[in-house]
Order: sequence, then structure tokens, then C-alpha cells
Amino acid sequence: MKIVLSWLKEFLPQGALDSFSNEEIGDVFTSLGMVTESIDTVGVSLDGVVVARVREITPHPKADRIRLVSVDAGLDEPLQICCGAQNFAEGDRVPLATVGTTLPSGMEIAARKMRGEDSFGMLCAAEEVGLGHLNDEDGLFILDEELTVGEPLQQALNLSTDSVFDLDLEGNRPDALSVAGVARDLAAKIGVEFIQKKPIIAESARQASEQASVAIAAPQKCGAFAVRVLENVTLGETPQLMKDRLAAAGMRSINVIVDISNYVMLELGQPNHAYDLDLVPQGSLGVRLAKDGEALTTLDDIKRTLIADDIVITNANDEAIGLAGVMGGASTEISQTSTRVVVEAALWDQMTIAHTSRRLALRSEASTRFERGIDSAGVELALDRFCELAAELCGAEIAQGVVSATGEQSPAPVVSVRPARVNAYLTSQLTSEEMQAMLAPIGFETVNQDGDTFSVQVPTWRPDSSLEVDIIEEIGRHWGYDKVAKATLTPAQSGGLTLRQKNRRRLRQTIQGLGFTEAMPMPFISPEDLEAAGLPTDKIISLENPLVHAESILRTSLLPGLLKSIAYNQSHRNGVAQFYELGKVFEAVNGSDDLPNETLTAALCCSGCSPGDNAAFKAVSWLHALADQLHVSSLQIVNEPIAGLHPTRSAKIVFRGKTLGQVGEVDPSVLEQYNVSDRVAWLQFDVEPLLAALVKPPKQKTVSRFPSSDFDIAIVVPNTVDAQAVKATIGKACGELAVSVTLFDTFRSDSLGDARSLAYAIRLQAQDRTLTDDEAATVRQNCIDAVAKKHNGTLR
Amino acid sequence: MIEEIKKYREEASAAIEAASSLVELETAERSHLGKAAPLQGLKKSFGSLPPEDRKTTGMALKEANVSLAAQLANKKADYEKAERAKQLESERLDLTENTEALRVGRSHIITQAMQELEDTFVGMGFNVAEGPEVETDWHNFDALNIPVGHPARDGFDSLFVDYGAPGSTLLRTHTSPVQIRTMLEQKPPIYVITPGRVYRRDTADATHMPVFHQLECLVIDKDISMAHLAGTIEAFTTSYFGDGFTSRLRPNYFPFTEPSAEFDIQRPDGSWLELGGCGMVHPNVLKAGGIDSEEWSGFAFGFGIDRLASLKFGVTDLREMFSNDSRFLAQF
Repeated sequence: MKIVLSWLKEFLPQGALDSFSNEEIGDVFTSLGMVTESIDTVGVSLDGVVVARVREITPHPKADRIRLVSVDAGLDEPLQICCGAQNFAEGDRVPLATVGTTLPSGMEIAARKMRGEDSFGMLCAAEEVGLGHLNDEDGLFILDEELTVGEPLQQALNLSTDSVFDLDLEGNRPDALSVAGVARDLAAKIGVEFIQKKPIIAESARQASEQASVAIAAPQKCGAFAVRVLENVTLGETPQLMKDRLAAAGMRSINVIVDISNYVMLELGQPNHAYDLDLVPQGSLGVRLAKDGEALTTLDDIKRTLIADDIVITNANDEAIGLAGVMGGASTEISQTSTRVVVEAALWDQMTIAHTSRRLALRSEASTRFERGIDSAGVELALDRFCELAAELCGAEIAQGVVSATGEQSPAPVVSVRPARVNAYLTSQLTSEEMQAMLAPIGFETVNQDGDTFSVQVPTWRPDSSLEVDIIEEIGRHWGYDKVAKATLTPAQSGGLTLRQKNRRRLRQTIQGLGFTEAMPMPFISPEDLEAAGLPTDKIISLENPLVHAESILRTSLLPGLLKSIAYNQSHRNGVAQFYELGKVFEAVNGSDDLPNETLTAALCCSGCSPGDNAAFKAVSWLHALADQLHVSSLQIVNEPIAGLHPTRSAKIVFRGKTLGQVGEVDPSVLEQYNVSDRVAWLQFDVEPLLAALVKPPKQKTVSRFPSSDFDIAIVVPNTVDAQAVKATIGKACGELAVSVTLFDTFRSDSLGDARSLAYAIRLQAQDRTLTDDEAATVRQNCIDAVAKKHNGTLR
Repeated sequence: MIEEIKKYREEASAAIEAASSLVELETAERSHLGKAAPLQGLKKSFGSLPPEDRKTTGMALKEANVSLAAQLANKKADYEKAERAKQLESERLDLTENTEALRVGRSHIITQAMQELEDTFVGMGFNVAEGPEVETDWHNFDALNIPVGHPARDGFDSLFVDYGAPGSTLLRTHTSPVQIRTMLEQKPPIYVITPGRVYRRDTADATHMPVFHQLECLVIDKDISMAHLAGTIEAFTTSYFGDGFTSRLRPNYFPFTEPSAEFDIQRPDGSWLELGGCGMVHPNVLKAGGIDSEEWSGFAFGFGIDRLASLKFGVTDLREMFSNDSRFLAQF
């Protein structure tokens, strides 16, 4: 809301703000919760423009359209100015923009040469110094010859400037969407009287009710609907002051009647609308819900299609002539020829106006106010103020009486306030009387008192207030939030992260230690992204109202987002991308009313691998490292094709009987879809089961003090048997003595057929003795036998 | 014999001294101190000495041997040292030739900021609560005193998903639903923070993202006042930003708090920065959380983590933080 200072002062005692600078006034607004975003000076500011007298005019030696003008600007020497205007003569007084001046257009005046002749400034037209409203002649602004030469023009013409405060208002302050409302709050805070003048109107003998009638057919949506009738209206020029104030508030001048209507709205916060009464058959105005599909052309000449939730104003033929609370209709618009005017002010349902305005993307000054809730008792005051101004500016005769109808209105509540509660909240030490003295000036009048406890009537312009805490806030605002003490909190508990949260940090640290940097792709993708990644599109959750199609579903995997990130970095030649992400993926749960599945998922990827690099093995190493750090020993890797991954280089990860994730290399055809070159190693898993697994610190196992026995065995096993199974068999055969079973070589050759040789290094060790050669040999044989029996393996 | 010992000893000593390499030294050792060396051969003639001379002769021989062994060891050590020095010299490296930095990963600046904030609040006695990102309209709106029909609930600011009844499920627009979930799960006193990801229907620009991160702080206990709110914000401010920072409250409006305030922090240079919203938990919100507002009171405050991180690291365009450009990510 833009508040014009001179307008604001009309509601305060003379001189009430004299001791305040603009910045101080702005600070008071901010302290009241009306944040001063900016303070601007409006009106003409003519720094550098002075009154000059034309001494002599001579032709320019090299140009026909420019003359050399010698002016007296009150300096010791005359100045030479090159000037293209022709409408002035020697002896005239004209405005001179001196060197260094910035004109309202932004033009900066500098000393310059024009076709070889010096020019020390610019002689100006009225328009050029922002005074177009004072003089619209072509050519220079010829000033009164009484003016003193050399005097600043601003001072010479007695031009004033005004200040405009741009206030950022919150949804709970509908009253502050008016000059009067802001003035009321300010007056209370600085301890001066708030002056609301009652409009003075002289009514004619003719009855308004003979010329206009109103009816409400939607009483639950319209609390009040009232009109006044004005006759013999002459549409003259809108006074400059009114134009300036409207402009400062960001509104355009249309014609004097519309300007008055807007002026009253800005001043009192009550939107109102003027109709050309001659275009309203029988002066009959009605209120009803719109019909689905009903059409209405609004004042902006746009045809709007309405729905049954909108409210319309109708004429005698039940035709919609206005969109209630949002915008008037084009058919009854005031024109220069209008002589009879009916002005209407109403009280509309907040939610209805909000929905209509949002649905039609049509936000007006009126809808903004109705949405937040206007003063439910302000309708007649606004009509009277309108009539007062129309009588003064348009010579309007005001017909007798207000024609009105009322619908449903909820009365403003009475709220009981316990001073002890107030002081406990604010840590203030105010007495009941002091509190009441703060509330009364902003309209919260005490209506009842019981000991310290008192009850206040909530004013009609504060529809947001209904509870004791609302009143506490009002007292707090006017007492001053800056007086609230700063007390130290003393929680009885000691703070901390849960074990799960600590484990999550440990997981992150481990991943980062392995060289991965955290990426944060958007969690929104498109169905096409999933298809391109070879991922299923069932179970997806779509946004009902996405901003763009590319961000229309929630991800079901971290793969698309990370592949896009890799592609981005490759296209910028940023080298190998080694990223991880820790974020949620989302899946619909069929037949459940609960929320969808949200799974905290981690993914690790590394670009720039070649087919021979064995990216999948790399990814498996990451997994083993994570398992080691999180003390998880029972992860199973099950070779199988995984959607989106290389079909013969992928595996699922199984933990405690459930699928935990996937590991391998991204399918090269998926990479192609995402414009990723080279190969990408990939690991993705559910995080929560791992976080839940590490519940106790690992217990120390005593390191044996006896020497170990080491031997290698190479066993040929069919390709169908995976190495993890062979290792498990050997481990079991070694029994308690096994310290480690490490696959150190794999050998494939044609001679081995559909099998390969796996070479294991085995270390045995006992806690209590040095193993004999015989013992080691027995274990070795056990291993060979077990692999032969279980996997059809043969010693190589 | 004493004379012979002396002679051989001098010969051996000269040979050791004359050896000009480790190999020559070993040759000298063999020929002068070995079993076949004349000095050692003298032992065999001991029997022919008068008994009274045996002792002195034996001692002289022993003394010669010890002296020569020491001389040999010294000489040997010198050669070994020289040889090692030569070898090391041949292995000389210019260590500035290697400029490769081993790749160590790092967390995103938002994660860094979030963890630092968590640590700050944990130090002040808080726990960290979390909740789902896809929420019910009840948790996201109704329970927070944002009734049906409120403009904040329509599809202009919020991202709804096609789940459950139409309009019933959305991506949470703030982390406040976690406050409700915490109240419903835990009896007061409650001291929690709720960091997390939130969603708004905003087109991405330098200062807005449709996805961002918030942290809210919720306290519910007996006799909690606005002074506790102001004091906690102040404590957080100095603890997170450092000495010389201070904070202030000014009136504002939020449906879920009453009285409500905006909190600003003041930098040591005197300039103010709007940080977030706060207030006393609205009685309707306590009620939704199953808490009697006559017995308990509380406060909440919240702010954007992304913005805090961008201020801390000098990021001028929020979109940079989600570009995943490794040149950006690697800076922090």
C-alpha cells in the first residue's frame, strides 16, 4: 500500500508529524508491522532548474533550426544556450536547466557544443521539467515576467513535493489498506488524536428510492449492498491534487467520477462502483450467484466466462452488469456524457472474491481489499464521502437517502482479556488500565470489566481478530516488540541427534571419503525421463498443477536426475563427475489411503569409465567400503538384469532377505538417451535399513598373537556359480580358523569351457596356538572337497 | 712375537686404510683378519712361548684384533654411508612436479549449512525431528490454522499430487507439518528443530526455487513467553553467526502463530537482514496437536536454509545451487 504523506496528515491534528523525519515515520510504521519498503518523493523536483531571462537571440552561423540565445541566469556573466524552440522573444522569462541538472526524463544536462557553438544548459518546455499540467504549449514554458531571475523554479512557482511510503502489509491488516486505517494506527502509536471527518452532504428533495432499487438474492455471499443516486453530474477535469495522489498510489486517472470512486477506496478502504444510471434500466440493481457459463464483459473490455461460485450484480433484466468485488461491467461504464450516477458500495464474502479473482487471474484494488476483509460497517461512510466529493467537483445533486439491502453478517466478537496472560506472553508489566488505553484508540473499546479482566468489542474493521491472543498481539504492537526481553531458555533435556541421524552422517562422511561430491538435482522429472532411463512408469505420482511438463512427476529413482547432472557436466567439459545424492524417491502405494511411499535413497555414480574399466566392479567396491564402514556384513549381491542398468553387468543388493538396492553399470542405451558419453558406474540403495542396522558399537575381537598359515587354491567352477557363493563355501569349510578368503585372480580360457578358474588366498589363524602344517593341509583339503561337492569345482 | 704382532697389525691397518671401495675393504678383511691371515696364524705358535710371556702376548694379539675390527667397521660404515648417499642422490625427485589432488568428496553447501545449524541447536538442547515431504492437507494446512478456502491452499502456491481424494495430498509447503506430527507423537515439553525440504509453485529465478529448505524451531513448555522466543533467536544468532550479531522482532502475520513477528538480524556493520518468521504458537495449532493451550504455551520460528547458505558462501543466484555444475560444487 502506497501512503501519501499529505493525505495521511488530513487524518491527524495539525502539525502532529512536524517533529518526525520521514525516516522516523517509516520506522514507526515498521514497528507496527507495516513494513516501510521505501520512501519516495513525488511531484516535481526541479533541482538545478532556474528562472532565466532572454537577453538576446542571434542566428546560429551553421544551423537554420537552432538559434543562439544569451540568457541572464542571475550570474555575473550571461550564458549562451543553443535552442531549437521558436516561441519566445527577448525579454521573456523561461526555465533554464543548468549544467549538471537531471531532468525528469533522466536526461543529464552537460556543457556541450552544437555545430561548433557552446551551449551551457537547456531552455525547457513545461513538459520537460515535469510541469506539463501547467502549460501544454509547444515550445518553451514562458514564465510570468514578475519572477525573479536566477531563482530556483521550484521556489519561484511555489511547487511542493510529497512523500510516499510504500508499506508491505500482512494479510491480517485489511484496515491498513486505506489512508485512514494507517493514520489510525499511527496516531495511536505516537499518542495523537485520529481525526475522521464526517462527510458533509446536502441532499436534494428528490428521493433516491424513487430512482433506484436494490435486492440481494445471495444473502450468504453479500452482507450489505447500498447505493446513492447523484444527478446533474458534470464531468470536468479531475483536480491535480487528486490525480497526483492517485498516481502516487499507482492508479491511473480515468475520469473525475471514476477517480473519485478510487480516491474514496484508497482513503477509506471501501471499494465502490459508479454506474451510469441511464444505462441501468429502472435503476434496479440486484445481487445473485452467477450461472455456469454466463458471460460478462468487464471494464477492461475482456469477456469473462463465469461459474456458479462467482457473484454478479444484475440489472432489471437479470443480466450481469458487474463482477461483484472484482471489476465492474463495460455496459454501464461512466462516460463524459453521463449525468446521472448511481454509486454502489457492498460487503462481499471474502473467500468468494478471492476465488473469483484468482480463477480469472484478475486482481484489482477492489478484490485485494474484499479478499482480506473490509470494514463491515463502512459502506455508508464511503457512499457519503463519494457524494461529498462529487458535489464539490462535479456539481452533483445528491438524492435523498441511501437505498440498501442487507444479507448475512456475522457480528464482530467481544473478546475477554486476562491482563496476567498478556503480561506472561509479552513479559510486560502493564496494568489492565494501561492495556485498555492502548486498545481504545485503535477501536478495541472496553465493553465489560470484571476485576482485572476486561472485555473488548472488536472493531468492525478488524475481522482478523477474535481470540485473546489476537488482542495480546495488538497490545504488543502498541507497547512495542522492541521492549520484549530476551530470556534464556532452559530446557530440562539435553539435545542430540538420534542414532539414526548420527548413522546418516556417518554414511555421508564415508561416501564423501570415497571421493563423491553431493549433487542436488530437482526431485521433479517427466514421465519421458523415466522411459529414457528404462524405468517403469507405473506407481508414479504426478503433480496436479506442475509448472512445466518437464517437472510434472515425482522421481521414483535418483538415476534420471544424476544422469542429467552428468550430461550437463560433460557438455561443459568439466571432467569426470563423481556424484552422490541422498534424497527421497516417491512411489504410489496401490489401494492405500495413507501417504505414498517415501524412501530415503542414496545413489553414487561415476562417469568417464571405459567398457574395459569394469565400471560395475568399481561400483561394487563402493558398496563393500560402505558396508565395512557401517559394520554391515550380510549384504548379498545377486547378479540379475536391473531396469536401466547394463543387463549383464548389474546386480541387486539383498540385505536381511529384502532388496536394498542395485549396483552395476548404467545401460549404455540409457546413457545414449541422456547424451552421456563413456560408461557410468552406479550404486543406489535404500538408506533406512542400513541406518537401523548399526545399533551398537562393534565389539573388539582379540587379534591373535600366533602366526598365521597362508595358502592359495585355484579352483575351476562353472560360470553359473557366482564367486560370492564359492567364497562362502570356502569360508565355511575353514570354520573358525578362517581370517580371510580373498579372490585374487580369475582366469578364463577356451580350454576351461563354460567355467573359469578362481584363485583364492586363504589365511588361517588360531587364537591359542600356532597351526601345524597338518592342520593347514586338512583345512585346505576340506575347502577343495566342499567346493567340489557344492559347486562341482575342481582343483586347477 | 710381540714384534710380529705389531708388524702384522700395521700391515693390516695400512691395507684397511688403503682400501678404496667396499669390495677392496672386504678383500683386506679376508687377507688380514681372515683365518688364513698371518696375524691369526701367530696363535698356533703360542705353545712355543715361555709361559711367562704368554699372557702379555695373548693380550697384545687380542688388542690388535679388536683395534683392527673397529677400524674395519668404521671404514665399512663410511663406505656404506657413501653408497647410500649415492643411491639416494640418484633417486632425487622434484616434488613440485606432482600437482594431482586426490579426489575427496564434499557435501552440498545446503547440507553443510543444515548440519551446522543442527549442531548449533543441538548445543542449545534441541532434538531434530523429521517428517514426510508429501503431506496431507490436514497436516500442512488445517492443523496450522489455515482453513479450507484460505488462498494459501489453492493451486497457485502449492504443488498438489494425484493421490488420495482430489486436493488432499500435496508437497509440503513448509516444515510446519512436522511440528504437528511431533506434538501428536510426543507430550510436552517439546524442544525440536525441523530441518527439511519444502516445495512451492514458484518459477525458478535468482531468489526463488520451487524446491528449497527450511528450518523451524518449536518449543512447547510451561510458561513460555515471547521473551524466550526473542532470547532463543538471539542465542541462535550469536551462536551461528558469531559475536557482534544481534536480533530484533517486529510485528508480522502468520496464521499459525499469534502474536506473530518477523525476525531480523543485525550484522556487526549495523545493517539488518530479514531472516524469518516467528511467533507464539496459535492456540488452534496447539489444539490440533492435542495440547491444552491453557496449560502449555510455546513458540516457533523458521527461516530458509538455502538463503542462509547463499549469504554465507556469497552465492548470488539460488539456481546455481541446483545446477550441479562440478565447478560450483567443488568450491565449498
